[in-house]
Amino acid sequence: MNEFLLVIHRDLTSKDASPSPEQMQASIKPFQDWIGGIAAQNKLVSPPKRWDAGGRVIKQNNTVLNGPYAEIKESVGGLLMIRAADYDEAVEIAQGCPVLKWGAVVEVRMAMPTV
Amino acid sequence: MDESELLPHLFRTEYRKLVSVLCYLFGIEHIEIAEDIVSDTFLSATELWSLNQIPENPTGWLYTVAKNKTKNYLKRNALFEQKLSADIKYNTPKGEEIDLDLSTKNIADSQLAMIFTVCNPHISSESQISLALNLLCGFGIQEIADAFLTNKDVIYKRVNRAKSALKEARIKIEQPTISEINNRLETVLTTLYLLFSEGYFSTAQNVLLRKDLCAEAMRLTYLLIENEATNKPAVNALFALMSFHASRFDARTDEQGEIILYQDQDETRWNQELIEQGTYYLNQASTGDQLTKYHLEAGIAYWHTHKEDSPEKWESILQLYNQLLMLEYSPLAALNRTFALAKANGKEEAIREAEKLKLIDNHYYYSLLGYLYTDLDNAKAVRHFEKALSLTSSHAVKIALAKNIDRLMSPANPQTQLAHVLLPRH
Repeated sequence: MNEFLLVIHRDLTSKDASPSPEQMQASIKPFQDWIGGIAAQNKLVSPPKRWDAGGRVIKQNNTVLNGPYAEIKESVGGLLMIRAADYDEAVEIAQGCPVLKWGAVVEVRMAMPTV
Repeated sequence: MDESELLPHLFRTEYRKLVSVLCYLFGIEHIEIAEDIVSDTFLSATELWSLNQIPENPTGWLYTVAKNKTKNYLKRNALFEQKLSADIKYNTPKGEEIDLDLSTKNIADSQLAMIFTVCNPHISSESQISLALNLLCGFGIQEIADAFLTNKDVIYKRVNRAKSALKEARIKIEQPTISEINNRLETVLTTLYLLFSEGYFSTAQNVLLRKDLCAEAMRLTYLLIENEATNKPAVNALFALMSFHASRFDARTDEQGEIILYQDQDETRWNQELIEQGTYYLNQASTGDQLTKYHLEAGIAYWHTHKEDSPEKWESILQLYNQLLMLEYSPLAALNRTFALAKANGKEEAIREAEKLKLIDNHYYYSLLGYLYTDLDNAKAVRHFEKALSLTSSHAVKIALAKNIDRLMSPANPQTQLAHVLLPRH
């Protein structure tokens, strides 16, 4: 089993952000059921948290921008860690993410073994 | 209660009180002496009670004998008494002999001190639980081994190693400090829940004994509620959880001691007082910002005190199981979550999720699949129930599974009848 990072990116800045606030509200139950399903397979390493949408962006020369992130259209909307045998399985799990259909993007990254 | 049951019963309820009080008095270095005195007391009881009549007040008799044996021990071992007097816990007036204080208050204080001594981070939580069951609950080594599905040798070694480790670390048996309470309460609660579960969920036929275990676990948990320093939300949540479960105690076994499954229980036999008690303590638990597994499990148990199905009930249970699994995985929670998923979101979705669980050694897994396939694919349902049958040794479960298979094989029966679900915990 390997550990994978699932990063859910979504558009927090546009006027017509998708998922919209209504869509986000409607996705609470499917999202909880999705996570519950991963956990029920004992494949949840670290559950998602609710992240403040404000945030800060830090750049060179001590530049600190208050969110929302004018220069990064797709921000991190959710972050969790799972266990899976390989990328195929991790991708299959990620495909269950219920906000995909509203334009969110899920990035899957495998943790490299520490040398 | 007849004679054959009385002594085991008293052993359950009194052994650990006496051991706690004596350990509190003697200190950690002399656990064995405390155990010897108490064992000796029960040995005297066994010998005398089988010859003569049982005393009118058997508990009082045990206390008197334990007091006398303690006095005699101290007289015979003057040296021991000198060593002891340095950190003696009682304010014994000079010149008077030490009298074992078996008042309710000192028993409670001793037990609280002992709970926190045993649940000390110096020993692994596995050892803490075994030692707690042994010293605080009077569990025999065999019973602890059964509870952990391991063998006697493993537990015997574990308990002795734990005692030595506590002695070497010179752990004091005293009232816990605030920081000790914060650090160790979780282990304490795990131990208490395990004790309760041993009584509630074990397949042992002795209903009286099992009820004792539940009552003792609840009494110890209540002891923590009564003490201001340990009266935390998680403790109240655990007590609520125990109350909800215990409300079904009488309804869930028949006269032969066989388990009656949740959906077959006569809900008029559910104890309303305990349900109200559970609701009260669940409300008491709803403070602070910590959501523990006990809160979630108590929430699930609360919904199970409503027998009739409703969308709200199953949606609530599903979400509670989702949260519970996010906190801590267990196969049992995974199976019960999938059952709730079927109730809330439909069987098709639940089948897809169930088949990902792959708990292929677990008879509950196949019972669940059998239930999910009933009415959708009865041939598959039968195969799953048969697989479950081959994996269980429980008589009650076997009977219920055979009934399900019969029902599915007989074309005369209406197909819509719900197959029995054999998930535990209810």
